[in-house]
Amino acid sequence: MIARAHPFDSRRVVGALFLAPALLYIVLIVGLPFLLAIAFGFSDVTVGNTDLNFVGLQNYLAVWENDIFRQVFETTVRFTLISQIFILIFANILAIIFTQNFTGKWFARFIFILPWATPVSLAMIGWLWMLDTKYSPIDYLLLQTGFLGPNGILSSNRNLFWLATPDLSQISVIFVQVWRMTPLATVILMAGLSSIPTDILDQAEVDGSRFMRTLLQIKLPLILPIMVIALLFSMITMFGDMTVVYVLTRGGPVDYTRVLGLYSFQVGIEGGNLAQGAAISLFAFPLLLAMAILMLRTASRAEVR
Amino acid sequence: MGLLGWILQNFWSLLVILFLALVALRIAWRFHRYGANRAELSYILRRSPFYLVVLTFCFFAAAPFLIMFMHTFKTDGDLYRRPQPFVFRQEPTLEHLDALFNNTAYLDFIRNSVLVGIAVVLITLLLSLPAAYALARLTGRWGERAGILMFLVYLVPPTLLFIPMFRIVVLLGLKDSPMSLVVVYPSFTVPFSMWLLSGFFKAVPPELEEAALVDGYNRVEAFLRVVLPLSLPGIISTIVFTFTLTLHEFIYGLVFIANTSQRTLSVGVPTELILGDVYFWQPLLAAALIIAVPVGLAYNLFLDSLVQGFTMGAVKG
Repeated sequence: MIARAHPFDSRRVVGALFLAPALLYIVLIVGLPFLLAIAFGFSDVTVGNTDLNFVGLQNYLAVWENDIFRQVFETTVRFTLISQIFILIFANILAIIFTQNFTGKWFARFIFILPWATPVSLAMIGWLWMLDTKYSPIDYLLLQTGFLGPNGILSSNRNLFWLATPDLSQISVIFVQVWRMTPLATVILMAGLSSIPTDILDQAEVDGSRFMRTLLQIKLPLILPIMVIALLFSMITMFGDMTVVYVLTRGGPVDYTRVLGLYSFQVGIEGGNLAQGAAISLFAFPLLLAMAILMLRTASRAEVR
Repeated sequence: MGLLGWILQNFWSLLVILFLALVALRIAWRFHRYGANRAELSYILRRSPFYLVVLTFCFFAAAPFLIMFMHTFKTDGDLYRRPQPFVFRQEPTLEHLDALFNNTAYLDFIRNSVLVGIAVVLITLLLSLPAAYALARLTGRWGERAGILMFLVYLVPPTLLFIPMFRIVVLLGLKDSPMSLVVVYPSFTVPFSMWLLSGFFKAVPPELEEAALVDGYNRVEAFLRVVLPLSLPGIISTIVFTFTLTLHEFIYGLVFIANTSQRTLSVGVPTELILGDVYFWQPLLAAALIIAVPVGLAYNLFLDSLVQGFTMGAVKG
């Protein structure tokens, strides 16, 4: 056979050729804005005045010393951490449920996936009504069961004002985040559970291992790395989210549900101060990067085993 | 309203009756198959707590959607005057659905979302099909690094980039045009689908490509004629999830496009169907439900494939 020297025969040439367009596009559309975000942070750019004048660390210092920013940052971290606890618990239960066979599984899975499949902003409309100040169906149920109303246990009012009181608005936002993010974590865990080699499970069954024992001593340790990945993945997603609070509360009442993404939107776009908006969102970057690197390390360690 | 009206007015009882009937059928079928004996009965009883847990989770997941469904058909009087959210005291009505499609920009939003979605899917496939194949088979260590970089890029949230992106969109003269979204959305769809597709490509046995190479195909031809057709189910599920990612996106759509008729679904519905303090609740809830159900069905249909792609994507090529 005659060796042809066509460049398409070379693994390296075709590999580089195939990868280049995607890499180039990503570098242009993500790398460039990212550098621009940093540059904005060092400048005094606004929507009205788009000249980039270098102002040093002024924006970052102003943001850092701003009390509202500190509160917003704290709120974001608090929301993210608290909701992750519940997401992890529910996702584990659901992943175990949905990796088994049972009657009606297809339909149950459709229902359970809906909160994640629905575009966030549209799902939030449903919750906006569920948590409405006056017409909330939840309040109605509580009223009928005697938890609300003149002699109510929870409040003598006819409504709880889910999105209008400091404590309840925070609880509502966390609840809704858990509601919509649990399916994603579940799916990642399901991927982990279904990748456990069946011979290990068969062996456990031969050895007479009971369901709970198999679960606690074989399955859970094996998917622990996947659990860490699911956790970090949903933490990163939630940390960067502003849609939920944008639709539900716009950060209110006062500042109680204002998160980082929303704050940077309000300062940068609604307030027109692009430079400070960019500086605000950049404060999230080190934290996000740390989480992403932790996640990759966990993933690569899980692979070695 | 006829049949639909009757169903709506007896919604909860019908739901319970339907559920109980299905349970009874299932139990009857088991008795028929395995014999109606004590062992079978105790098996069913032992399984029932499991189903109770499933049912509880399903209820919490579905609650807002059930409410959306009922409220779509409520008259204003029924909705606001001495509200009883779980029953109909007045005849169900289709007027709000009619208003949603005929008096609002809902159809514009759908059209914009679909067009943006299709354009983004095409760009994404064009870029990520070859790139994912390169990651899966052609490149060694540096390809692996490029893959990790891509994954990191996918994790960059839009809230970090929307301000500089907005400037770039303005500079390109694409402000207020859905084209701006077509340009920007690949920033997250390309990394996502590269990850997923490389998983599907890894699942194709390498022997098949080697056979094609021996038969005189070059690597590009082997990819086009052997690997692509074999990965078609994976590619279809990648298309579905890429499309829904564009449907979900909110922040870029909110920031880049300000005029109503150009907005996409996820932004248009919650911003344009609310006028100041006036919420058009029935159309709003209907608009959300009409999108939620088909996307949910698509997700469910392609979930196994997504799980498989993600798992394989993590395996070294």
